[in-house]
Amino acid sequence: MANQDYEERQQTQELGYDPNFVPDSVKSFVVHLYRHIREKNVYEIHQMYESSFQTLSERLFKDTPWPSVDAVAHYVDNDHVFCLLYREMWFRHLYARLTPTLRQRIDSWDNYCSLFQVVLHGVVNMQLPNQWLWDMVDEFVYQFQSFCQYRAKMKNKTEQEIALLRQFDQAWNVYGVLNFLQALVEKSTIIQILEQEKEGLEQFTATDGYDYNGGSNVLKVLGYFSMVGLLRVHCLLGDYHTGIKCLLPIDISQQGVYTSVIGSHITTIYHYGFANLMLRRYVEAIREFNKILLYIFKTKQYHQKSPQYEQILKKNEQMYALLAICLSLCPQTRLVDETVNSQLREKYGEKMARMQRYDDEAFAIYDELFSYACPKFITPSAPSFEEPLVNYNQDAYRLQLKLFLYEAKQQQLLSGVRTFLKVYSTISLAKLASYMEVDEPTLRTILMTYKHKTHAVDSDGKITSNADVDFYIDEDTIHVVESKPAKRYGDYFLRQIVKLEGVINEMDGIKLD
Amino acid sequence: MGREREATKVAYTVEQLVAFNRYNPDILPDLENYVNDQVSSQTYSLDANLCLLRLYQFEPEKMSSQIVARILVKALMAMPAPDFSLCLFLIPERVQMEEQFKTLIVLSHYLETGRFRQFWDEAAKSRHIVEAVPGFEQAIQGYAVHVLSLTYQKIPRTVLAEAINIEGLSLDKFLEHQVANSGWVIEKSQGRGQLIVLPRNEFNDPALKKNAADSVPLEHITRIFPILS
Repeated sequence: MANQDYEERQQTQELGYDPNFVPDSVKSFVVHLYRHIREKNVYEIHQMYESSFQTLSERLFKDTPWPSVDAVAHYVDNDHVFCLLYREMWFRHLYARLTPTLRQRIDSWDNYCSLFQVVLHGVVNMQLPNQWLWDMVDEFVYQFQSFCQYRAKMKNKTEQEIALLRQFDQAWNVYGVLNFLQALVEKSTIIQILEQEKEGLEQFTATDGYDYNGGSNVLKVLGYFSMVGLLRVHCLLGDYHTGIKCLLPIDISQQGVYTSVIGSHITTIYHYGFANLMLRRYVEAIREFNKILLYIFKTKQYHQKSPQYEQILKKNEQMYALLAICLSLCPQTRLVDETVNSQLREKYGEKMARMQRYDDEAFAIYDELFSYACPKFITPSAPSFEEPLVNYNQDAYRLQLKLFLYEAKQQQLLSGVRTFLKVYSTISLAKLASYMEVDEPTLRTILMTYKHKTHAVDSDGKITSNADVDFYIDEDTIHVVESKPAKRYGDYFLRQIVKLEGVINEMDGIKLD
Repeated sequence: MGREREATKVAYTVEQLVAFNRYNPDILPDLENYVNDQVSSQTYSLDANLCLLRLYQFEPEKMSSQIVARILVKALMAMPAPDFSLCLFLIPERVQMEEQFKTLIVLSHYLETGRFRQFWDEAAKSRHIVEAVPGFEQAIQGYAVHVLSLTYQKIPRTVLAEAINIEGLSLDKFLEHQVANSGWVIEKSQGRGQLIVLPRNEFNDPALKKNAADSVPLEHITRIFPILS
């Protein structure tokens, strides 16, 4: 075994990459994977997908691609769908470890088109692990984003690359990407399925999306994850309102299929929270960031060996940065769990104190945290191929950053007001104006800004207060209202009722001999 | 935003396009016409307008500055909703540098920071942009009244006058209307002219603040329906 391993490595590494050379372990891998897929053995598929593929990649294909699909096809009856799946993994591995060429980017796009066409036309009868289906959607959006970034760097493109870009202008076209995701959502009827599930007419969440009646879960679950994919694409485009709308059919106040895969869970909440931050719904963002950060804190040890572990840690750090931003603009620390709060203080305590000052240094920190934690924004339109060629890969990011900092600047006087409001129960406008060193009309505008900025408007036009310290003005006197944490007994009892019912059902299910 | 009138036949089809065919470049002309419809019929659809801005983002060469300006004015009229920012997020920076957009961004800044005096002064200088959209003044006055109602229980007449840019007899008339329809009350304060008592709401009166502990949203209760039945 050791000997064979050595030989395989010799061949793949020292003799250079031969796309037609299939080591025995790869042959065995595809043969088994193919068999498990045909037998719908989700457990074994998952094992091979999650661990064997990683182990082999690590061992044999550290810095070369896997054998070409043509070289393995005859081991798997030249099965069309299996070959598409194999190529999807082949490209994913290539993107993760090497730098794809333009040609490869275009080929990968073609492969996604063929794969999704097959799924959309209902020819697929497989049962695939959620992890794999999530990875497909995730990778599809990632490669789109990566393509946009690549295309936007026009300055050092070769003539040949430009010719290819012109020729294959449909590859990773934004309409194509959005329409595939949308088609998966529609064709899977996932929105209706989730609706019906609420009425108890259908099971989806309860079985984690799997179909135990011999059907396929592929279209349904791809459709489900495509809603998360759409949220992400819209965030990359700066369209936060539409992004949140795309996610609406998934109730993120509860567990669901999106929480069954850690990557999907994190991607969902990261983008949902970010969109809410940009929509100034800070309390909503804080609440969701808090929940997921606590979850990651408690569970990250179980993911240490997962190929996604690094990604989990990175998103974890980014979300702490976003939480620091939210809490600086909207100090609602009581929404934050003790554990999360102490992590936050450790990472950003000092920066958050400086952000409260709203001087130039504070804005530099807002800039730094935003730039570190924001999604990789894209410009979706094709470049101008006219000379001189210019890079525009930073344009989208710069615009979002600028608008965010603009918002932070509009709020710069609010933390000063808050400090004063905290120490008075009533104070006259004249007195507060002199403390703040402004005239009375200016103070009135600051107070109105405070009210406007602390009252979020949701998509139905409903107003909610995000203020920890609130006030009202009666003629010339400000009356301060400190909000007290509301205890949610109702929700607590509801949860307990559901839990109890679950326990009773379980007990009923036990047959005593 | 609650201001929408009943959907006309045309509006219905455009809304459908946005719902079912939103990633299709062919609906661009329909959406542009729909912006003009919204202007003339004083209706509003954020979803349709964002959809159009998105199509412009995908194909910048098709962008019409005039349409974008109208969308932005409509978005200002939707304050306190964050629609104006939502639109700006989708408009390339070099386009935002155009003079008319710079003006609109300044107007938005004044509204966002409660500086109504400066807002009305600036708006007066840019009549050609804002007067192209009927109902602009009333919509901004509506926003001003909204922010004032969040902030004040009682407000001096002069402060109100400045925020909504109405004075003298017209203001008397406006107040008369609000007294009759919206529960406003006018008081005399000692030596300082009129004082307007605004209706109490949960934001300017802590006593009316709904106790979150007492209210459970219906969809949470529906979770136990199967158990109850």
